[in-house]
Amino acid sequence: MTELSSCPPLIVGIGSPFRHDDGVGPWVTQRLARAGLETTEHAGDGTGLLDLFLTRPSLILIDATRSRQPPGTYVCLDAGVAPVQADLFHYSTHRFGLAEAVETARALGLLPRRLIIHGIEGQNFGQGQGLSEVVETAAEALVDRLGAPPPAPPKEGPA
Amino acid sequence: MTERIIQVDALARVEGEGALYVRMKGDMVEKVEFRIFEPPRFFEAFLEGRDALETPDITSRICGICPIAYIMGACQAIEMAWGLEVTPEIAALRRLIYCGEWIQSHTLHAVMLHAPDFLGLHDAIQIAQAQPDLVRQALRLKKLGNTIMEVVGGRAVHPVNTRIGGFYKAPDPEDIRAMIPELDWGAEAARALVLAFAKFDFPQDGTDYTFVSLVDRERYPILQGRIGSNRGLDIDVTRFNDHFTETHVSHSNALQGRMRDGSAYLVGPLARYANNYDTLCPTVQATARDAGLGRVVTNPFQSILVRLIEVQYACEEAARLARAYVPPVPAHIDTPPRAGVGHGITEAPRGICYHRYETDTEGRIMAAQIVPPTSQNQPQIEEDLTRVVTANRHLPDADLKWRCEQTIRNYDPCISCATHFLKLRVDRD
Repeated sequence: MTELSSCPPLIVGIGSPFRHDDGVGPWVTQRLARAGLETTEHAGDGTGLLDLFLTRPSLILIDATRSRQPPGTYVCLDAGVAPVQADLFHYSTHRFGLAEAVETARALGLLPRRLIIHGIEGQNFGQGQGLSEVVETAAEALVDRLGAPPPAPPKEGPA
Repeated sequence: MTERIIQVDALARVEGEGALYVRMKGDMVEKVEFRIFEPPRFFEAFLEGRDALETPDITSRICGICPIAYIMGACQAIEMAWGLEVTPEIAALRRLIYCGEWIQSHTLHAVMLHAPDFLGLHDAIQIAQAQPDLVRQALRLKKLGNTIMEVVGGRAVHPVNTRIGGFYKAPDPEDIRAMIPELDWGAEAARALVLAFAKFDFPQDGTDYTFVSLVDRERYPILQGRIGSNRGLDIDVTRFNDHFTETHVSHSNALQGRMRDGSAYLVGPLARYANNYDTLCPTVQATARDAGLGRVVTNPFQSILVRLIEVQYACEEAARLARAYVPPVPAHIDTPPRAGVGHGITEAPRGICYHRYETDTEGRIMAAQIVPPTSQNQPQIEEDLTRVVTANRHLPDADLKWRCEQTIRNYDPCISCATHFLKLRVDRD
């Protein structure tokens, strides 16, 4: 079995950039792609995510949440540890969104070995481009967090 | 006399945002409103002044589930306005990609969103837990539909290889041929789903619907045919507005389609099936018979079966088209723009989708009209709800609410398309 540490995760930005804050996922992944990280975008029907789950042992999903928390609130979930609540994420087409995709994958035994989900609470899901200021601030912080090189392993040997 | 109000504030397992309000006085249903509050999207207005060549790509954005319906309707209309006729090879490739849309859209709704109603389950996750093999099969079928759209259209959502006059690039024959084994599997898988779902305990319901669809004597209609009904309507697409009208009602952001005499009508799988049964392949007719269905299905709760019968048809038809594939040369037909009026109509998964455009001599859109299937089905959905609530008025509110939601899901309504929608509230007086 491939060691997870030797397999960089595929980072998936979920949402529509034409629905303001719903596009926070692609907003983040576009900036991470410029930093050289492997990313992709996903919009529309959530069943397509199941296909993506089969491609890698490790994935990171980034999506807007709609959970009545203050806009810009950041949440990080490890799908391997706990179920994803359906009412956390903004759903789009036919109500088969991120949470439904993850939990369906879990029921079918199709979850990747590592699946981390980053959510940022949106403010404006109306039609149009651009993020709300508070959401953009949270998105920039997430770019910094995911784009930063992993900490170097501690040096061994005599100091 | 007691007033009873049943209200669903946000319908689940439908596309877009909508609600339902029912008010009863004793045993009488006083008011049923299928409320679509998805914001209006003004696509027709966006199109005015744009280059007509952009129309398929812009209208594709109306829906992520049925973009092909919008692309093809727009193409047909502009091509009619400009006097452009596509080659049989281009027409066949268009039919192939449309089969992909039927397969993915119908499978998603029938198995993941509609079947839970009959299995007493809340959602697709519970189905995956209770019947994982069923969901695996559905996901494979849906992926097959998406694959067709990717191979022919460049990508599964909002394809980019389609254009006025045909395609930007003809798909590689090897890529088309590679889909044939999976299409053959898909036809068998869809038949198995029909026969399994035929065992559901369907509520007794039905009425004498006016079924409106494209009608074609040669092939089950997808992109071709005249507009027909089970009541003798038989018109050319150019006469759509002579027989159908759209009106605004205060409780919905989507226009409601009616016949010119004010009556409701039904579009979609039940109508296509009733009006075109004879053109289904014998294998598909056999599946319908084995599932206990007649040539006409009037119980809307059995629409799930007809939808899957159409999946079987689409797989068989796609396999036939793939085996006969000849790359179109050229991949598209060019023609200079001209002033004109054009009409297009195709069978979207949810029913007929009508387009009408006027262009000027430069090829700019001067006027646009798009009539999606869910707009047309809204009055019929309200009539169905009135009938179902009346027949089930003895049920407690929670059960009646559930039955009403099922009634709406029978139509696989695409609210985003129609706004260009569900919350349920029943008032009992």
